[in-house]
Amino acid sequence: MAASKNQRVIVVGGGLAGLAATVRIAESGIPVDLFSIVPVKRSHSVCAQGGINACNEVARQQGYSEHEHFDESIYGGDFLAHQPPVYEMAHWAPQIIDLLDRMGVPFNRTQEGYRDLRLFGGSLYKRTHFAGATTGQQLIYALDEQTRRWEAEGMVAKYEHWEFLWPVVSDDGVCRGIVAQDLRTMQVRAFRADAVIMATGGNGLVFGKSTNSVVCTGAAAARCYQAGARYANGEFIQVHPTAIPGADKLRLMSESARGEGGRVWVPAVKGADGKWGKHPDPSRDPRQVPENERYYFLEERYPKYGNIVPRDIATREIFNICMEGLGVFGGNMVYLDLTHLGREYLERKLLGIIEIYRKFVGEDPADVPMRIFPGVHYTMGGLWTTYTPKPDLKGMVPGAPNSMMCSIPGLYAFGEVNYQYHGANRLGANALLSCIFDGLFCGRGVVNHVKNASRAAADEPQSIYDGVVKQEEARVKRLAESKGAENPYHIGRELGEEMTAASTVVKSGPRLEQAMSKLAELRERYARIGVDDPSGWTNQNLAHARAVGDMLAMADVILRGGLERRESRGSHYRTDFPERDDARFLKTTVAEWDGASKSAKISFEPVETGLVQPRARTYGKVEGEAGKKPAAQPVSV
Amino acid sequence: MTTAPVTNPQPRGAQRPRTIRFRIERCDGPGKPARWEAFDVPVEPGANVISCLQWIAANPVTIEGKRTTPVVWDSGCLEEVCGACTMRVNGRVRQSCTALIENLLAAGVTEVTLQPMSKFPVVRDLFVDRQRFFNDLKRAKAWVPIDGTYNLGAGPREKPADQAERYVLSTCMTCGCCLDACPQYKKEEDAKEWDQSFVGAAVISQVRLFNEHPTGAALKPERLDFMASIGGVSDCGNAQNCVKVCPKEIPLTESIAAIGRAVSIHRIKQFFGVRD
Repeated sequence: MAASKNQRVIVVGGGLAGLAATVRIAESGIPVDLFSIVPVKRSHSVCAQGGINACNEVARQQGYSEHEHFDESIYGGDFLAHQPPVYEMAHWAPQIIDLLDRMGVPFNRTQEGYRDLRLFGGSLYKRTHFAGATTGQQLIYALDEQTRRWEAEGMVAKYEHWEFLWPVVSDDGVCRGIVAQDLRTMQVRAFRADAVIMATGGNGLVFGKSTNSVVCTGAAAARCYQAGARYANGEFIQVHPTAIPGADKLRLMSESARGEGGRVWVPAVKGADGKWGKHPDPSRDPRQVPENERYYFLEERYPKYGNIVPRDIATREIFNICMEGLGVFGGNMVYLDLTHLGREYLERKLLGIIEIYRKFVGEDPADVPMRIFPGVHYTMGGLWTTYTPKPDLKGMVPGAPNSMMCSIPGLYAFGEVNYQYHGANRLGANALLSCIFDGLFCGRGVVNHVKNASRAAADEPQSIYDGVVKQEEARVKRLAESKGAENPYHIGRELGEEMTAASTVVKSGPRLEQAMSKLAELRERYARIGVDDPSGWTNQNLAHARAVGDMLAMADVILRGGLERRESRGSHYRTDFPERDDARFLKTTVAEWDGASKSAKISFEPVETGLVQPRARTYGKVEGEAGKKPAAQPVSV
Repeated sequence: MTTAPVTNPQPRGAQRPRTIRFRIERCDGPGKPARWEAFDVPVEPGANVISCLQWIAANPVTIEGKRTTPVVWDSGCLEEVCGACTMRVNGRVRQSCTALIENLLAAGVTEVTLQPMSKFPVVRDLFVDRQRFFNDLKRAKAWVPIDGTYNLGAGPREKPADQAERYVLSTCMTCGCCLDACPQYKKEEDAKEWDQSFVGAAVISQVRLFNEHPTGAALKPERLDFMASIGGVSDCGNAQNCVKVCPKEIPLTESIAAIGRAVSIHRIKQFFGVRD
């Protein structure tokens, strides 16, 4: 069946992935209904700072290539990512940069007017394109502008301040719409669509404070999962090495600070045996600490990559330094020092983050080293998706209708909510790339799925939509009328504290078991919550309480995956299983919602590794395996 | 070497008041009356207006001990790059995420008043509807009219100085501070009145941004027609409040002057039948 007049696609989420998909699909002649909790221009993609990776001519002439970008991403992800999609993404990257350039993204320029490049984690070549230190903001603005252009042409209808509640699945098991709620009027409504793309980002708020925006609860993905979609690699959560703690959130200090020459150090003294130890005075002004009492621990331990080792490694090293008592002022902080780079250079290359630090800490990074600590940042796991590899595994078949399709046909996952591309650890500046790649490359697959469909959403019986509306209206009513003693805000906060303590930088079986008990307690208390706001108008209290329920379901996926994965790989580090175990766990973790036990059933499935064989992942560490066995134990509460 | 003392990051509870009073202008919805409620909020280290609002959401009890509904507000990134959490803090329009309690106290403030932005319809409490602003970006054709998303090679090369100029204009996050502070920008509850009223500095600056791009310039005549129409650049009263409140320090008055000149030239060219 050819695309008929009334065929439509729904995109949920208006960050980079959602907007790239919207533009691509609208351009193909199929109208798009775009749903977002926030005006799409304010999506979390604005927070991305450092840049976007792609092979470029300068790097190529030094020996770099798309294949090298692919290999770095696989190695950086500790071999957990399926290789054909990553291969395709790396080879597509240069044309994505060109497209963004044509859209008017103000990429930093060289004196001759070419796009400037910077170094980023996990690579020895400059292959990161950037617009100051607000690259994500500039990229999403370009896509927001193109989306507005299609909106003006009548091809895109925006539903902003609408929240996705549940997918609608026909009797043939295919997703043909959604139910959503207007967060102002609180109206619950069904929408028909011939395909639904989830582009709803990560779940940082499950960990309480993170670098994520306040909307990144992961609730939309959790709802798809509870509706039967498989969820993959939930236990892989990226903790970014350099964030600044705040009362409301953790603010990212981009990896580009290190890519541009920033150095991580702590004040210490070197003993006669060559080992570093505490200095007797922990309160020294960093500017008074002599050079020979500055322990540049990343540079010393990783002479090849230095400060630009991948994030999981930098995070563990910083965490361990602090656990050893070498942190700044004896606390959980290390210095990220930019003072040697000069004010003019910093303002030209890193202004966005320099301003964030000035505004929130009140000090100028051009004068004083920044004090930073790791913070939850990125969700490598996500909704399970499939794809069609090329016969030689070198990439994906363009336009294949199953490109990044979930286990529910007709439902897709693009961007951070998709588990593909980043394996066990995402490389810096690959996220913006994967989001836009999904939207553009896989958007074509969605178009073909719609065009080839044998049934149209417009012909589905109204009853399947009404049924889901009733289910969600009942949930709203139950929450609005709940008068229990438990405070959903407190449950959310306790969940975040427990998840951060048990399931971030360092994990262990016993600590994860303890977290499972805490989770059971929180779920029991959640059944007895009270919602203060009875209003039927713009009720944020109710929307928050509903999301807390979904975050509890997601926490269960994360903890169970972490327990079952008895090895260490990328961001997932277990003190009781400190080594990578390819024989047992070079596999995707798959979680399926079990309605009876209201928890995840975990299984493992093979990863396609046909292009690059797994190898030891050391990044040239000089202390052999010592770094794999940190002294620190998981934090107990 | 003379150096300023480095802030000790340890909590300085002894010097900090235990709580701070928030007075919040509330409204249950369109057409409903405004009212004030006050809350005493414990001051955590690093607290900002957002963390205090989060505390109030979890503990919605006024200073009179009355249990009320949690205050509704808009927020997103909490890093001053998304523009969502804009409101009036002690009378001044700004992002509430960067309103650190410690800085407010240092400025001699003893209470914090929070009010919704004054130029947009209130949805509820501190949450306003800025749809008109986004709509005006559509009227301004604030985009580069590319041929499509298929691979056609790189965009035009650009001098670093030109990039620097476009970059700062492109950091506008559609927050609306400049509109809130502008005496010419009027609150319009009725969407039918939107295109009869001054569009304000941010949209004018976006016109400049896209007119400066080599491909974007293809739509320059249409954008300048829009700028020459009712509510266009000539409605600016030159109060220059916009540039003072812009959190991104965008040179809005320069943009207004540049577009004012461009509109004059555009009109002269139109008069003589010359193309832009």
